[in-house]
Amino acid sequence: MSDVDVVRAAIEQLLRDHPPATTARREFLAAQFEAGLAWVHFPVGLGGLDVAPQLQREVVRRLAEAGAPDGPATNRLGYAMGAPTVVAWGDRAQQERYLRPLFVGDERWCQLFSEPGAGSDLAGLTTRAVRDGDDWIVNGQKVWSSMATISDVGMLIVRTDPELPKHQGLTYFLLDMRAPGVDIRPLRQMTGEAEFNEVYLTDVRVPDTARIGAVSAGWKVAMTTLMEERVVFNRERDEAGPVELALDLYRRRERDPELRTRMIGMWIRGRVQRLNTVRAAATRTAGVPGPEGSIGKLVHAELNQDALELCLDLLGDESLLYDSYEPAAYTEKSLAGQGDADLRRRFLRSRAQSIEGGTSEIMRTILADRVLGLPPEPRVDKDLPFSRIPRG
Amino acid sequence: MSSNDDRDDLRRVVRTLLERRSTEADVRRLIEDATGYDRDLWAVMADQLGLQGMAVPEAHGGSGFGYEELCVVFEEMGRALLPSPFFATVALATNVLQHSGDEDACKRWLPAIAGGELIATLALGEEDGGWDDTAVRMRAEPDGAGWTLTGAKRFVPAAHVADLLLVAAHTADGLSLFAVEPRDPGCTVEVELTLDLTRPLSRVVLDRVPALLVGSSGQAWDGLRRALRLAAVALAAEQVGGAQRVLEMTVEYAKVRHQFGRPIGSFQAVKHKLADVLVALESARSAAQDAARAAAQGDPEFELAASVAKAVCSDTFTRAAATAIQLHGGIGFTWEHPAQLYYKRARSSEFLLGTPGHHRDLVGRAIGV
Repeated sequence: MSDVDVVRAAIEQLLRDHPPATTARREFLAAQFEAGLAWVHFPVGLGGLDVAPQLQREVVRRLAEAGAPDGPATNRLGYAMGAPTVVAWGDRAQQERYLRPLFVGDERWCQLFSEPGAGSDLAGLTTRAVRDGDDWIVNGQKVWSSMATISDVGMLIVRTDPELPKHQGLTYFLLDMRAPGVDIRPLRQMTGEAEFNEVYLTDVRVPDTARIGAVSAGWKVAMTTLMEERVVFNRERDEAGPVELALDLYRRRERDPELRTRMIGMWIRGRVQRLNTVRAAATRTAGVPGPEGSIGKLVHAELNQDALELCLDLLGDESLLYDSYEPAAYTEKSLAGQGDADLRRRFLRSRAQSIEGGTSEIMRTILADRVLGLPPEPRVDKDLPFSRIPRG
Repeated sequence: MSSNDDRDDLRRVVRTLLERRSTEADVRRLIEDATGYDRDLWAVMADQLGLQGMAVPEAHGGSGFGYEELCVVFEEMGRALLPSPFFATVALATNVLQHSGDEDACKRWLPAIAGGELIATLALGEEDGGWDDTAVRMRAEPDGAGWTLTGAKRFVPAAHVADLLLVAAHTADGLSLFAVEPRDPGCTVEVELTLDLTRPLSRVVLDRVPALLVGSSGQAWDGLRRALRLAAVALAAEQVGGAQRVLEMTVEYAKVRHQFGRPIGSFQAVKHKLADVLVALESARSAAQDAARAAAQGDPEFELAASVAKAVCSDTFTRAAATAIQLHGGIGFTWEHPAQLYYKRARSSEFLLGTPGHHRDLVGRAIGV
């Protein structure tokens, strides 16, 4: 049997044994995990079938058709970024500990990477972990953690050895978000909402068994998470459709030639970006995404921003108004779907798209260095012990 | 073997041939040559690789390959900046004949085209240029059982070496297609000085030249339009190949050229420009491949896909070539450097078969904007 047949047979078996209509969400997801249909490219026994990652699309398509619950929808960061990191770098005990609860919805994940002083230069982070017997004691501040208030596990990168050069003294942990000393404060953004959080860590005790990868090997582990992140940001485009929104607005009334030109240009960019996605998925045969993922991330951000700019111009003077600046925290409900499709809010939100998950400037540098093979920019801080690098 | 592997093999074969036979020195020699192409290479392409007959059905002496395979060949020709009547003969004339609805005409000329024995082209636009039915004002005069044509056609590729001209003109029934023998005494071909010296264009003056009706009188536009879109898809593939080559050339230069004690490619200002070209190129490739697929599969959205590809690939090639000149600095502005050859090819290819603006307008109409 070919791989695709194996996957198809597993899907049909799952749907036969656990009809979505009469099976509870958690029970179905557990069965999907056991069937190896959680991440088909993962090893057998860890939610996968050891086949090519593209075959997951077959699973998603068929399960959506059958009305099965969408496990990843409420835990995207865990599903798309956390799980591949645990598979790549965790030991067997950690894989068994984390993957199943993540997939069935028992544990939601968030990311604790960025800091106020470490954005694009993530390796410049200063949150410290100090060894204490079988534990580590963590102190510092993280920021831009979406869903932190409703998460159970945090993907945490910290400095464990400041005397090593910046990339070498980092270590990766999975933090219990309910541990004492974890203080989460919602961060209000320009849309009025609080989608992200600041996370203050004060003498937080983390067991060494929650360390992913070796001590001081955290940068490599974090890279796995970040490469997957670019693919996540990429994938969200399927839901966005701001070009379609613009087209709807355009058709509502007579337009001037300038708007027509912009509308057509935008429509073409949207179409080509869809073609790019299809082509990239077809060529992604290995399990781990490469630097090409940065192309999709970059294009997606700029396309969305420009399409929403066009929407605003098509709305005309209505764009002078706004619906509500009431602070609304990220909730279970807003996770499940788009929430309202308010254009003005989405327009403001889109400014973050060329910043989050790697700025467009960083994406361009990655493409230039790793895809085109251009020589790296000389760096003054790379080989110095971290403690000797000027900061501020 | 998958069709992708087949295409990779085809690409390797064509690239190897052109790297050997269409070097920059060859291109520079041919733009000074009166015929503007390499007859020996033309024969090799036909006899050894069967390139001229790739998209010709087997019934007419071709190999009946798909359009996607043909576009791989065009991409490689664009990469090598090959000066050749291949584009006129294969992208234009062959598609026009195949969509003329005239089986006799196909039988008569396609086998010779496939065999590399006949160079053919399309004469469409007139004094004002243009690449659609509105560009045609010439009227065919009935002459006994046949027709004669009088007037001038412009921007005709490869007319100076063509054995067959396919000419669009009106009859009382509407837009029609005619075959003209360019060696007829009433036919004068004046080669114009072109911006892009690798693709000679001519003004063709016809004075009561006998013409053979191809297809039905007044019924030419549907077939012509389809052929023009197919040719635009081939041109888009050519543009992708050219853009890829100038990007590679510029990346290589940015790695070795030093200023301020560093390779210039280590400066972000340079990196980011090249990253933007890479991103544009990937989009152009997606658009071109999708249009070739739509052509091969007879997709109902084919004409839309073709216009998207022509618009996107035109913009991308020009941007890539302009960036090449900029990042090469002074040397990129010289006659000796190949960047100018690509830039001129890019800018000219924008106009051929309709500007990006024209194709965006067609897209707008297709989507109701």
